[in-house]
Order: sequence, then structure tokens, then C-alpha cells
Amino acid sequence: MQQRDSLGYTLGVAAVLCVACSLAVSTAAVSLRGRQEANVKLDQQKNILDATGLAIGEYGVQANELTTKQIDTLNAYVSSKLVDLETGAYDGDGDPEKYNLVEEAANPETSIPIESPTFNPGEPRRPKVMKVYFVKKPGTDKILQVVLPVYGKGLWGTLYGYLALKSDLETIQGLTFYQHKETPGLGGEVDNPRWKAMWDGRKLYDEETGQPKAMVFKGPAPKTDEYAVDGLSGATITSRGVTNLIRYWASDDGYGTYLSKLKEEINDDKSSASEGDK
Amino acid sequence: MAKKTTDVLVDPLINNNPIALQILGICSALAVTTKMETSLVMSLAVIAVTAFSNLAVSAIRHFIPSSIRIIVQMTVIASLVIVVDQILKAYMYDISKQLSVFVGLIITNCIVMGRAEGFAMKNGPWVSFLDGIGNGMGYGLVLMFVAFFRELFGSGSLFGIELLPLDRNGGWYNPNNLMLLPPSAFFLIGFLIWAIRAYKPDQIEEA
Repeated sequence: MQQRDSLGYTLGVAAVLCVACSLAVSTAAVSLRGRQEANVKLDQQKNILDATGLAIGEYGVQANELTTKQIDTLNAYVSSKLVDLETGAYDGDGDPEKYNLVEEAANPETSIPIESPTFNPGEPRRPKVMKVYFVKKPGTDKILQVVLPVYGKGLWGTLYGYLALKSDLETIQGLTFYQHKETPGLGGEVDNPRWKAMWDGRKLYDEETGQPKAMVFKGPAPKTDEYAVDGLSGATITSRGVTNLIRYWASDDGYGTYLSKLKEEINDDKSSASEGDK
Repeated sequence: MAKKTTDVLVDPLINNNPIALQILGICSALAVTTKMETSLVMSLAVIAVTAFSNLAVSAIRHFIPSSIRIIVQMTVIASLVIVVDQILKAYMYDISKQLSVFVGLIITNCIVMGRAEGFAMKNGPWVSFLDGIGNGMGYGLVLMFVAFFRELFGSGSLFGIELLPLDRNGGWYNPNNLMLLPPSAFFLIGFLIWAIRAYKPDQIEEA
């Protein structure tokens, strides 16, 4: 018993235990990493398919209920590019496959502080470069939709999601959040498919001022309001957070510069071609 | 300590329930019980952690120096929780997203620590393992009870299957938002403790 309380023995046990435990933890972490990363990626792909309405449009169900093969088929519609938000130009140097939003936003070298008083998503920084997605028919070059990653503060934490715009770049196609910490049943209703479906057709910018105007209403949105969707009952702060983040990312501090540039490109291309399907 | 092994397993369900009698592990019981599905996964995670930490602590109990025994238990528990969290992330991604930090917080769940210190340090590995499963199930039972009422009246569904059509989805049921907030779990657990103690008066503490 005396020996069991000696300093050397205590240290020895502690050391052996630490090695054993760290072995167990690292084995689990390393052996499962591939699967976990695949899960994260698949989850983001599904959210893009939901935001764009491709899953509902092609198969009539939410992306969560699609088979792997169906997801692969739909993924052929989706491509991505990196965009420098300040200039609105494409960034040819980076690899979109390796882009990590959270890492870019946390690194002082690849991000800038968010200081705008008018449109503020409640986040401290945003990446200089963002990864945007395009929806095109496989084999064609015409952009049907643009999907913009967005994020901002809700009640309990940051909401990360995708905002899909129709080809006029002014009308919202859909909005989904792939990661958030809102209260299930209240703010967590941002995941409710019926609520998400209301975004389809909302106008992002005010027709007169050109400023971002899309919002989550407090209470049921008036039928005549082209900019608003119903508020989430019992979730004022989440609703306000969603409004703020949409407006910020649509403003010139967010994707504004890039979107007006892209609009010119699309209009140039369209001079000969006619308007396509939805 | 001549307790029968079945007693070790069954006792914590009602007679010696870790939440209802010992009032331990309340924090996560409030946090994850808005849905049956998350509660079930959380219960399974706690059962696994309690069982295996009891097993491990009991197996090495003769080697643990008494001066650092709590730290040793913590280390074992923390490692197990991380492993469970990793497994959830790999195989049940959607649910692990909803449980978020609460799986990690099993480390600080008093039940796990309490069983390691109070039982596993004094008993053999097999009995300790069963004790861990029993206490985990006792915890799970209360979680499922609370989640049943919270999901049914807060979201009108059970295991995500809609039973009471919500007005926001075009039905008739106006959900009770209080049920979705943590205080409702307090009330439910209070009622549960009341019911158990009315049925088994010997659980009532002397005032």
C-alpha cells in the first residue's frame, strides 16, 4: 500500500494511462476520419441540392431521401469557383476542392474584419475569397442558378448555409442551413421544408434603391410582400439573424460586387440566346 | 457487497434511479430531450460510456494510486466519450449534428463519474460493467419519458413521425412552445419524481 502511493509509482501509472488513452483516442480519430469527412461533404452537397430545388425538381423529395446514385446524378449540375469578393473577380490560383470556409474566416491573412454598420451578420470576420457554386445543365455553359455560401449569428451560434439565386441574380431560389445551433422546434425550424419553400421567388433587392431588402417578417408575411417570408414563431432572434445575414451577403460588402459583374456577363451571353427554363 | 448481479442491473431503473433519486445528470436531461430520437442516441451513448468506464476503472482499480484516482477516472471517461463522439460523427452524422456539444459533455455527467468512484472502485469488472449498463438505462429511461412528452406536445410528433398535425403545417394542433424550452424538462422530471416517490414512499428524504 505504501508503495502504491509513492511519487514514482504515481507518475508511472499516470504516464502509462495517458499513453493508453491517447492511443485509443487517436486510433478512433484516425480510423474514422475518412468517413466523417465524407459525411460532412455529403451533407453540404445535399444542402446545395435542397437550396437549388434540384432534389425536389428532379425526384420530388428532399435531398436527405435521395440515393447515392441520384445525388451523383444531380451533382453533375453543380460546379464551383473561388471568387474574390472585393474585386468580384474569379480567383484562379486556389483550388475549390481544398477551400475551407471556417478556416479561411479564422485566419487573419485570408480574411477581413466585418465592420459595416448598415448590414451586419454579427460575425467578426469574413474570408476575402468565397467559394460559389453554379447550377448548369451537364454539358452546357448557361448558368441556371448561383449558390452563395452565407453565414451569420443566430441565437446560440453561427448559422452556416447556402443562398441559391435564379439566373436573374435578383430572385431567391432557396435557402438552407447545413449547420446551426438554434433551439429545435423554435429557431431550429429554419430546417422546416415548408418554411424553406417560402423563399422561392422572393426578391433579394429593393426595386427602387437597389439595396438588399429580403427579410424574415415578424409574424405571417403579407401576401403582397415580395421581399418577406413568414417569421419563425418563438424565434425572434433567429429570424432577425437570418434577415441580417442575407442582407449582409447580398450587400456590396458581401457578394454585391461579384453579382453585378456576373450579371453583365450573363446579359452579354444572352444577347443571342433566348430565356431558358426555370 | 453480496448484491445479486440482476439487482445491480435492475435497481437503478426505478428503485435507485440516478436522475429521479440521486438527482444527477440533470443538465443533459434538460438539453437533449426535445426529441425522442436524439434522446435515444444520447441514452445509448451514456450507457456505453458508463458501462465501459466502469469496466476499465474496475479492471485497473488495484493499480490506481489513491492520490490521483479521480484524475485517472476522468481520463478514462474523457477518452471513452471522445471515441463515442467520433463514432457518432462517422455513422450517425445527422444526429451527432443535433446533439452537438452534449455528447462531449457526457464527460462532466455526474452519473458516469459517480458510478466509477462509488461502485467500480470497490467491485469486480463484470459487476461494474452491469452496474454501468443499469445506471445508463436508468438515465435513459428518464430521458425517454421526458422526451416523449416534450416531443409530443412541443412538436406534435414522436420519433419525427407527425401524430398531431401542426397548425404551421396546415393541421389543427398549436404546439406548446414551453415544451421545447429546457424549463419544461424541469417540470416533467419534477412530476416524475413526485410520482415515483408517491409509489415508493421510502425514497422520500427526511426534511
